Formats: sequence, structure tokens, C-alpha cells
Amino acid sequence: MSDLDQFRQETRAWLEENCPETMRVPVKGFDDLYNGGRNPEIDHPDQKVWCDRMAERGWTVPHWPREYGGGGLDKDEVKVLREEMARISARSPLDSFGISMLGPALLQFGNEEQKKEHLPPICRGEIRWCQGYSEPNAGSDLASLQTRADDHGDHYLINGQKVWTSYADKADWIFCLVRTDNSGTKHEGISFVLFDMAQSGVEARPIKLISGSSPFCETFFDDARAEKRNLVGEEGKGWTIAKYLLTHEREMISGFGAAPKKSLGESAADIMGRDSEGRLVNGILRQSLAQYQLDALAFAATMSRVGDEVKAGQGLGAASSIFKYYGTELNKRRNELNLQVYGEPAVGWDGEAYNNGTLARDWLRSKGNSIEGGTSEVQLNIVAKRVLGLPDA
Amino acid sequence: MALVLNEEQVMLKDAAAGFLAERATVAHQRALRDSEDTTGFDAAVWKEMAEMGWAGIAIPEEFGGLGYGYTGLGLVLEQAGRNLSASPLQSTVLVGATAVAQLGTAAQKEALLPAIAAGETLVTLALQEGAHHAPAATAAVATKSGEGFVINAEKRLVLDAHVADQFVVIARTSGTPGTESGLSAFLVPANAEGVSVDRRSMVDSHNAGTVTFAEVSLPADALMGELDGAWAGLSRTLDIANVGLASELLGLSTEAFERTVEYLKERKQFGHIIGSFQGLQHRAAELFAELELSRSIVLQALHAVDADSDKLSLLASAAKAKLCEVAQRATNEGVQMHGGIGMTDEHEIGFFIKRARVAQHTFGDYNYHLDRYAEQVGF
Ligand SMILES: Cc1cc2nc3c(=O)[nH]c(=O)nc-3n(C[C@H](O)[C@H](O)[C@H](O)COP(=O)(O)OP(=O)(O)OC[C@H]3O[C@@H](n4cnc5c(N)ncnc54)[C@H](O)[C@@H]3O)c2cc1C
Repeated sequence: MSDLDQFRQETRAWLEENCPETMRVPVKGFDDLYNGGRNPEIDHPDQKVWCDRMAERGWTVPHWPREYGGGGLDKDEVKVLREEMARISARSPLDSFGISMLGPALLQFGNEEQKKEHLPPICRGEIRWCQGYSEPNAGSDLASLQTRADDHGDHYLINGQKVWTSYADKADWIFCLVRTDNSGTKHEGISFVLFDMAQSGVEARPIKLISGSSPFCETFFDDARAEKRNLVGEEGKGWTIAKYLLTHEREMISGFGAAPKKSLGESAADIMGRDSEGRLVNGILRQSLAQYQLDALAFAATMSRVGDEVKAGQGLGAASSIFKYYGTELNKRRNELNLQVYGEPAVGWDGEAYNNGTLARDWLRSKGNSIEGGTSEVQLNIVAKRVLGLPDA
Repeated sequence: MALVLNEEQVMLKDAAAGFLAERATVAHQRALRDSEDTTGFDAAVWKEMAEMGWAGIAIPEEFGGLGYGYTGLGLVLEQAGRNLSASPLQSTVLVGATAVAQLGTAAQKEALLPAIAAGETLVTLALQEGAHHAPAATAAVATKSGEGFVINAEKRLVLDAHVADQFVVIARTSGTPGTESGLSAFLVPANAEGVSVDRRSMVDSHNAGTVTFAEVSLPADALMGELDGAWAGLSRTLDIANVGLASELLGLSTEAFERTVEYLKERKQFGHIIGSFQGLQHRAAELFAELELSRSIVLQALHAVDADSDKLSLLASAAKAKLCEVAQRATNEGVQMHGGIGMTDEHEIGFFIKRARVAQHTFGDYNYHLDRYAEQVGF
């Protein structure tokens, strides 16, 4: 038996033994994911049990090095683990910005002490992070941010305001872009700092979204303290780190474009009926569904192709520049089609008959996909200028 | 199969790009058109292509081909699409040879495939009867007569009709038009009595014609495969043909797009390079995204042919539908973003929009294939 087969057998046995039955059903939506933190939101006690058991093996973040709390698995082993988890419909034990965004940036730019201090608690789900980038006057034009960090020897004092900070009211720590210098161009003088949210100089006020939930906040800093040892990279050189982290954020968001297992067209046919030839009765909807599904297929093929090109040592091709734009636009299309396919229940807002408005709320939430992490328009600007080489106005 | 090209394929692609960009360009195509060339492609160039093995690129080695598979052929067709190269690559290498391989008897394969691979014989499919591609609707009939058959048919959009040596003719031997069973395939020599070819002038000025088969008598061994049983082999042939055309359209669309982007970087209006206008930038960037998706779906479909995947029909229709959509958009944007000069015959961008529409129509357009794709995925 190959080492990988051996690994598969052991993994399968371990998962069978350790994954609680309640964690073998798909999550119902974003709110159902487990995010950890000092005061974790727990819908079911098994969420924490499952997270702790996986964390013990380093399998909440299986591809990170063992010394930082990861599983130290190589690509093939990670794939086997995912396949074996999928086999029993095991949920992801832990989802967080620490894993998807800060971790990759720290692994790339953090010093040894920072990695040792911050990565293991992310893996164990002990510290939940939020992202302090956007400000009222710095959205797409992020580099014009004005939140100030003043040097006080071994620490900075931070003053200013962030906005749209997802889960700031629930997060324990923040990775934050601040201005340490105002004398150069707007991209210079930006620094990347980490600090604890549990201090008197930090206040997060939730903002209600069109989907009814309040996942993001206005975040105010009034002499908030950040230790100098939590400055990542050099002072004034934070823009590079900020951009690197954004590529990971965009990658995560573009994953929303993945097509659901059962085709929406078949669901439509179940609900609305078929003609004598077996076609969905409404030909106009059928066309929209076919177009959507074809594009989702071609998008998935593109994600595979780019992955295969990287594996074959050809580097990350230009095609990856379209992922965020295309994946989020696809997800929005799918959500619009959901409304058309499911009809009345899909425009219900509350109550059991409408599953508490899941379809409608997901549809509304999807509108943010092409805004968060850099808008679709900004993504197209990047493709036009960096990939196609078109000139600035 | 990983969605990347191997070393052999990269070499083939580079070789095809180099050769066609020199010997079979849009300028050559214009010259063929303007001189009303009687062959419709450059026979000397075709001979060189055959010498490089392209005529037998997807034909197995046992029949004298290169055995590179359809992924290899797709790469060459993509380059032909970039240059709008006219040659029997589509009629004979992509469709004719595939029809013989899929439908033919052992003796027919022995007789024809090596000759095709050597570039000595042109074989083409005679299928379409109405204004639209509708293979099951085939109404032409072949009736038994003694040991053999008699065929009556009028077939349109037969590629390279006026220079073909043999036709693979699809006719009904039983059943009614609209049904898939009851179709048979016959091998008919171009010089058989009762065969007449009318070379037609198409928008793309590539070769196609209408072929009439009037009381054509055929021996028993003209039948390809089983009587009444051509559907499976025909479907597979058409799937492969459409994946090949999608490859050609990929090359065509990419080239039209790249030429357009170059123009956006040159042309000035209002004191600015027009490529600095965001209204144009975003349309170009969106098209770039669509072209990347196109490349992926075409490669996946080519691999499905070579891997004998049971998803071939689904992927073939997906690839053809996607490329019909994207080729239409890329060539329309090509003309629009060139402004007035894009409307002139003198400028080459017009050749791309013309070839695109004929290739889109051939063996089923966007509407046909999107409908078929929806069927394949269960609605
Ligand atoms: C659900 C959600 C969660 C978020 N979470 C976080 C978070 O956790 N942390 C964080 O820091 N931020 C977060 N954001 C903020 C997000 O990054 C910003 O909203 C985004 O960058 C856009 O900035 P803006 O809202 O100021 O819009 P603006 O930049 O004002 O954009 C308004 C419109 O103008 C367009 N536009 C702007 N510039 C150009 C241009 N050059 N060319 C063409 N069009 C242009 C935009 O595309 C958009 O359509 C979140 C946003 C959402 C919706």
C-alpha cells in the first residue's frame, strides 16, 4: 500500500471515530459556520468538540506547518483529507479570517515571534480576527486611508475610523492598515499592525445590512494601543502586505462561484414541470439557466486549469486575475435565478414557511460579493491595466 | 487529465503557429478570394501541411497517422483560426477522417485512413438538408436495389465539396424524419454517376457547396457500418467536429481580440489613446475573462474526446455553445472598437467576423448547442 493509501485509511478511521454525527450535515448558511474566538457563538456544543478534536491534529488548517499549529500536510494529503471529510459530509470545523486572510500574510511577511504568537491560536480557534481596511473616505481607493498611528516608543497610539469591518463586534483582534507617515505618496507611509480589540480605545458599532443581519461595523479608534512588536513588515511598507492579503481574500470570495451539486435547472423542472420532450416548461427561464450553468462549468474548468498550470510549474497565469470578478458575478446570477426558480417562497422574509427567508437573505447578501474585497469595476480596471496593458486616462 | 499541454503538444502548437502565420495568413486568404481561386485553398501549402503529418494528426499510427489525438488536432485548428487559414483541415482531417474512423468498416478504414493521412484523399461529410443543422431530421433516402443501394439526396454546406474525392452521405434507410434510428452512412465517390456539385460562395469565402445525389447506384460495400445504425457513430463524429470548430473559434476570437486591444493602444481621439477610456477598458476586460473561460472549456472538451469520456456530448455542446457566444462578441466588439476602418474590406478585422459566423453555423449554432447542453444536464 502506498503511503497515501495508508494515510487515507488512517484518516477515514479517525474521522469515523471522531466526527460527531451532528457535524455530518451540511451547514445551512454563513451563520451556521463555526468561527471560534474568545466568546464563540455556539449553536450546538458539538461545534466546539469537533473543532477541538481537529485542532489537536492540526487539521483545522491542514496545510500550515506543524510548528504553527497546522497539520503539516502536503497537497496530496490535504486533498485526501478533504475527500474523506466530504465522504461523510463532515463540516469544516473552523472558518475564520485568521485562516483565510491573516495567516497567509503572516506566513509570508511575519517574523518568527509573530508567527509563533498568532498562528497557533488561529488554528485552535481561540482568537477571532477582523479586517480593518476600509474607511468612510477610502473604499476602492484604499490607499488614501487616514487612520493615524503615532509612535510612542514601544507602541503606537491609533486614532481614526474604519467602516464595513466584518464581525468587528465579535472579533478579538484586528489586522489594521494605518498611516504612519503622511509625507510621501499615498501608497507610502501605510503600515500593517495587529492589536487587541478588547481595550477601551476601540469601539465597534454594528451596521444592519439589507439582508437583515448585522455582520459588519463602524469601528472607532480613540488612542487605541498597538504594540510595536505587532507591526508586520517594515513601518511604512504595509501596502505590499495589504495587497498580498487581498489576493487571498479575493481567492476565498471567488470560491462562491462554484456551482451547486444539483443543477438549478433540474430543481426548476421539479417545481415547474416539463413538456412532453422532457424540457423545462418555461423556455425563457430554461435559456437563462442553461447559460448560467454553462458559464459555471467553464468557470470551474478555468479554476482547475489555473491550478493544473501552477502544479505543472507554469506559474499563476493571467487567468487568475478574473476569478474574483467572474466568480462573484456568477454567484449573483445564481441567486437571481434562485428567486425565479423557487418563486413565492424565495421572496418570503420571515417565518418557518420561508425557512426564515434564507433564499431571499442569501440573494441580498450575494450583492455584497462584487463589492467586498475590491469591487467588480476595480477588478476590471486591474485586468485592463495590468493584464491587457491599456493606458491610464 | 490535467488541463495543461504536455511538451509534445506545446511543440506542435508552436510549429503550427509559426507555419500558418507565414504560409496561410489572412492576406493569403484575401488573395485566394480576390483571384477567385478554383481550388479555394493553396494546394502547395496543404501538401506541406500533409508532409508535416497534420493530415493524419488524429489518425492512429496503425493507419499511417501521427496518433497525436484530437487535442493535437485542436491545437492546430486553433492556430488555423488565428490565421483564418483555408485548408482541408476541417472537412477532411477533423470531420471526414473521423466519420470514416467512427462509422467505417475495417476495409473502408484500411482503404481511406492511410490515404487521408498522406494528404492524398479528401473525404467530407454530406449531412445538412435544411436551413439549420438537424441531423435527426434527415429525410434523404437510400433504398435497397439488388445487392446495393440507390441514393437520392440534396445536401448543403458540404465542406470542400467541389474538391472532395469521397462523400460520407447520411441517408434514411428506415424510419421517419425526426427519429434517430433508421439512418445509415454511405461512402460515395465524387465521380459516381448522378453526383453533381454546386460550389457555393459563402460569407467567409471558404469552401462549401451543395451536392445533389440523383439516383446514385451504390454497391453493397458502400454502406458504412450497420444498416439503420449510423446514429451513434454520427453523433460522436459531430461531437468531435464541434469540439474542433470550437478550437478554431477560440483561435479566431483570441486573435480578433488581441488585434483589437492593439488598436486600442494606438488610436487617439480627444487627445487621448482610446484604450484609456474606461468604457472600452471594461468591455475589453470582460471579453478577456470570457476568452479565458473559453480556453478552459475547449481544452476540457478536447481531453474528453481523447479520454473517451461519457461526458463528451455534454462537453462538446458546452464548448461549441460557449465559443459561438464568445466568437460573436469578440468579432462584434472587434468591428465596433475599430470604428469606421473596421467596416472596410481593406481592413482584416472584417475577415474574422465573416469566418466566425460560418464556423458558428456549421454543425449547429449557439441555439442548437445550448438547447442540447440543457438536455444533457437534465432539463
Ligand atoms: C459585505 C461586505 C463586507 C465587507 N467587509 C469588510 C471588512 O471586513 N473589512 C474592510 O476593511 N472592508 C470591508 N468591506 C468594504 C469593502 O472592501 C468596500 O466596500 C469596497 O472596497 C468598496 O469601497 P466603497 O464601499 O467605499 O465603495 P466606493 O469605492 O465608493 O465605490 C462606489 C462605486 O464606484 C465604483 N468605483 C470606484 N472607483 C472606481 C473606479 N476607479 N473605476 C470604476 N468604478 C469605480 C465602485 O466599483 C462602486 O460601484 C466590506 C464590504 C461589504 C459589502
